[in-house]
Amino acid sequence: MFPPAFEYSAPTSVEEVLATLAAEGDGARVLAGGQSLIPMMKLRLASPAYLVDINNVSGLDYIEDVNGHVAIGALARHRDIVNSDVIASTNHAMASAAPWVADPIVRNRGTLCGSVAHCDPEGDWNSVMLAARAQVVAQSSTGERVIPIDDFIVDFFTNSLQPGEIVKEVRVPKYSGSGGGAYLKLERKIGDYATVAVASQIELDGDGKIAKAGIALTAVNNKNTRASAAEDALVGETPSDELFREAGDLASQAANPETNVRGTADWKREVVRVYTRRGLETALAQAQG
Amino acid sequence: MTTTADQSPHLHTPPEIGGVGHSVRRHEDDRFIQGAGNYVDDVELPGMLHMAILRSPVAHAKILSIDTSEAAAVDGVVAVVTGELMAEHNLAWMPTLSGDTQAVLATDKVRFQGQEVAAVVATDPYVARDALGLIFVDYEELPAITSPQQSLAEGAVLIRDDKEDQTDNLAYEWESGDKAVTDQAFAEAAKIVTLETHYPRSHPSPLETCGAVADVNPASGQVTIYMTSQAPHAHRTVFALVAGLPEQNIRIISPDIGGGFGNKVPVYPGYVIATAASLLIGKPVKWVESRTENLISTGFARDYHMKGELALNNEGRILGLRTEIWSDQGAFFADAQPTKFKAGLFHIVTGSYDYPAAHVVARGAYTNKAPGGVAYRCSFRVTEASYMIERLVQNAAYEIGMDPAEFRALNFIKPEQFPYHSPTGFVYDSGDYEGAMRKALGIVDYESLRKEQVTARAEGRLLGIGMASFTEVVGAGNSQEYDILGLKMFDSAELRVHPTGKAILKLGVKSQGQGHETTFAQIVAEELGIPAGDIKVLEGDTDNTPYGLGTYASRSTPVAGAATAIISRTLREKARKIAAHLLEASAADLDWEPGKFFVKGSPDQSVTIQDVAFAAYTNPPPEEEPGLEGVHYYDPPNMTYPFGTYVVVVEVDAETGEWKVDRMIAVDDCGVRINPMIVDGQIMGGLTEGFAAATNQFITFDDDGNCIGSSFMDYLVPTAWETPRFELDETVTPSPHHPIGAKGVGESATVGSPAAYVNAVIDALAHLGVRNIDMPLLPDRVWSAIQDAEGG
Amino acid sequence: MEINVTLNGTQRTDDVEPRQLLVDYIRGTGNTGTHIGCDTTSCGACTVLVDGTPMKTCTMFAVQATGKSLTTVEGLKQNGALHPIQAAFKEKHGLQCGFCTPGMMLTSAALLEENPDPSEDDVRWAISGNLCRCTGYVNIVKAVQHAGELIREN
Repeated sequence: MFPPAFEYSAPTSVEEVLATLAAEGDGARVLAGGQSLIPMMKLRLASPAYLVDINNVSGLDYIEDVNGHVAIGALARHRDIVNSDVIASTNHAMASAAPWVADPIVRNRGTLCGSVAHCDPEGDWNSVMLAARAQVVAQSSTGERVIPIDDFIVDFFTNSLQPGEIVKEVRVPKYSGSGGGAYLKLERKIGDYATVAVASQIELDGDGKIAKAGIALTAVNNKNTRASAAEDALVGETPSDELFREAGDLASQAANPETNVRGTADWKREVVRVYTRRGLETALAQAQG
Repeated sequence: MTTTADQSPHLHTPPEIGGVGHSVRRHEDDRFIQGAGNYVDDVELPGMLHMAILRSPVAHAKILSIDTSEAAAVDGVVAVVTGELMAEHNLAWMPTLSGDTQAVLATDKVRFQGQEVAAVVATDPYVARDALGLIFVDYEELPAITSPQQSLAEGAVLIRDDKEDQTDNLAYEWESGDKAVTDQAFAEAAKIVTLETHYPRSHPSPLETCGAVADVNPASGQVTIYMTSQAPHAHRTVFALVAGLPEQNIRIISPDIGGGFGNKVPVYPGYVIATAASLLIGKPVKWVESRTENLISTGFARDYHMKGELALNNEGRILGLRTEIWSDQGAFFADAQPTKFKAGLFHIVTGSYDYPAAHVVARGAYTNKAPGGVAYRCSFRVTEASYMIERLVQNAAYEIGMDPAEFRALNFIKPEQFPYHSPTGFVYDSGDYEGAMRKALGIVDYESLRKEQVTARAEGRLLGIGMASFTEVVGAGNSQEYDILGLKMFDSAELRVHPTGKAILKLGVKSQGQGHETTFAQIVAEELGIPAGDIKVLEGDTDNTPYGLGTYASRSTPVAGAATAIISRTLREKARKIAAHLLEASAADLDWEPGKFFVKGSPDQSVTIQDVAFAAYTNPPPEEEPGLEGVHYYDPPNMTYPFGTYVVVVEVDAETGEWKVDRMIAVDDCGVRINPMIVDGQIMGGLTEGFAAATNQFITFDDDGNCIGSSFMDYLVPTAWETPRFELDETVTPSPHHPIGAKGVGESATVGSPAAYVNAVIDALAHLGVRNIDMPLLPDRVWSAIQDAEGG
Repeated sequence: MEINVTLNGTQRTDDVEPRQLLVDYIRGTGNTGTHIGCDTTSCGACTVLVDGTPMKTCTMFAVQATGKSLTTVEGLKQNGALHPIQAAFKEKHGLQCGFCTPGMMLTSAALLEENPDPSEDDVRWAISGNLCRCTGYVNIVKAVQHAGELIREN
């Protein structure tokens, strides 16, 4: 398998990257980890005229605890998330998802920001970002804007970046109180995309009631989807088995999966139901931990 | 040379010689661990060009036109080859291994998605791939047929309208056993147990795809083809017949092969096109498949729709077996199998059990799917057969309320019944089926597990214990019964002992990772006493090895291994005469121990095999020919019948249908083990492929004939993480007719284990009334079975 | 484009097309021990150490390797002696057809750099981006653990 021809440059600063993107226009794409883009090029499903490789830009591989949120730079690899003490101590759903993204070698190269930008509905990170209510920092030669993840994810493989913009950073809010989360992924084998996955996150208030809830679903819609009704049902309530079952039921109603080689739609909705409940049980135990 | 401490207890040779029973470390590994293997894609020849193949995007369509002009104009493109050009050289069609025909490059219609339509030859593989995008084909689509049921239905569109006498989509019809006797058994049955199931389409998908470098020298007419071939000699003959080339000018070199598993038995269009291109252009042409090409066009396996019925009496004895098969052959009937047997050796379906009546009917249908029907780590459809009977006996046990193990024990062929004549005509050579089963059950502590299962069910947990007590039939085969395209299924060994006592062994078979360079050296070491490390094994070069039918169907050890033992013994007898000459004694007065002859009663009067080898060239007895070499062609008197019992313990998640393997115990009996380390390696590899089949690994098609499972993202090969932790043990029942008592082993685990995994999941749900889930046991299928059972 | 790489300790300068995959570049230098087994970044047969980290070189462009140090199977030997992972793969029968072996050994060597005493689960997890079709992985796990023993003994 051989990719089609393209022009290439590997600038060493963000400014140069943005200037090149602006100059090359629509045919240009950013190359970060490349673990989705390059296979698509080899299968000739993508044929960008110009690749702007950002791997030589220094200082973009950070995972930092900044006031109130964790900032993840454009070149932080999945492996960096797996190994990050900052992530381990601030966000359970991310820590739980990271080891199940792709396979160990792909994680050495692929980036979180690249996955977020890719908007593959079977991808893992955007569900976790939805549950955590993350923000995407988009930068272009004319400035920077901060996009809530809900607005960033537009559709099947479609984000809300404007021409000339790159995902420079993703910001994940930290728990304001005690919190917990989980990412439960049904995959067929290591390296597989999710057949179904559920990201869940809760924060408790001082009375032990649920102050914030995030639930998002992978691979059961045309994009990673927030299960809003399930979240709403949780907020303000005291956690219980019954409540979590109800959340599971509501989450499954937010799923609109296809029947395909991985399984039937009915079964996928059932997995959403079960995984939501189980994820919330894990999240609660952590929050109460 | 190192050997393990846990050597077989019956060794005839010391570790320094490393004969049968020693776990000699593999000779071939030194190059592989240094990256110095030489696979087809590593072959680089001066002036070599690169070929890429354009494949049909649709499953069934008339070709209205092909426009290659833009592709031909690309800088770096040397030639664009179409079916029309091939037809000019009478090469548009070729024979299959089942005596059918297959299109090399389509001329009239495309009959499956992925079929070869045109090829580009260019100076660079990237350019060749670019040019494929500039070939424009006008297709007129026809309805796609994706199952034998559709194919054989009235009014189905004719797929093989190229064949003059073909009026429907029936590829073959075949039967075995005695229908009348079997019907009588069913008429007398107290109970009949039925199972209908599909063994899904699969693909061997070795990690190295198929490929070739064809090098035709226009001046000399010499044709050298480096190719991924499990059967280089047979392929040479096929090339001679297909292309009309003089066979002495064809040399097939099968270098290191990155796994075969049956995928590399057939001749594929790519090999033929590359050779034709090299012939036309006069330069070497390389063609290496992508993984997608490998999965969508070459060598599928299985795809059997099966119905089986067991007739039982009130005591739980099996009275008879009836099976009906609808096999999905794809667009061309290309099963790699012996001529006489259109459904391979499926009629071994009577399994490890003793009953007098069986009848098998098989019908093959053309469909708009890739051709193949290769014996994927399997002796010609034995896998489907073993799966059918082992699923059936487990269900029969449930239906009559017996423990599945005790049901098997009651019905097993007993050790004293061998040689056992099966109702479909096999003569089983040897076995102790209950011995192997009891050993496996002991390891897993079966009785405790059954109690634990009861407790687990009370707690709402679904624990399942499944087993399979398989019998295989391998080592084709005696020439009365077995041939491929008329070539009798013998094999050969040529042994040359050099003056310094080192040796070279040349074989007609071809290793794809099985470790022939070590195992076969050990057979010579056993018989001649020359250290295994002093013996070079050469395979895969038709100019320099004796003719053979190749490596598949677990036949190398049963056939070429026997040839090796016999030629070694022949040379030992010549060596005895030379030794007698050196010791000035009578040959009859000499005793042999591995590595030396000595005068009876006078062990100090001895000569080593190395002394003898030197004398063979420097001081031969006057009445003997000089030298110490010979060749033997071995026609086996019978097949060998390895067997064993596999036990699998699973836990099923009732809420989602996910299941995982807690234990996997494999007790194999492959007769005498030549290299126990290699045997265990073969078994563990096979167990993994069985696990793959049971869990996730299959190819399916949508209604339009689009292949689902066309890359490793959808055709799922298990990783180390999912693969169960296997526990192995063995029993040893030698084959009575093999010179060293060995049976084939490379495929037992792939053949036997799928039923064990599936039976385990069924067992977890058996109390709910579940009796079948078609493979693969995807969690949604398991979940649906639970829902249906609970709902009903 | 001109690239400068250190391949198995030797500096090289080559002219490559931007689209050339790193695996094709490496194989083109005569280091054919690095193999290609799939099109989809699934199998890991092409795994090479890039600045010490395992990477699937079918999913990198050669131009991206400029300035990097590459270690392929041909560069595993140290001072003419087999790397412990090579010796262990032979000793424990961790290979059959040999096609996945280079990638498998390189991934394992990187694991052992980080953790010379891995558990069975550690090894299975670490090599889960590398497919083997022959061995069933049991003996690969044993080989990696044995290589760890050899490394710890030194």
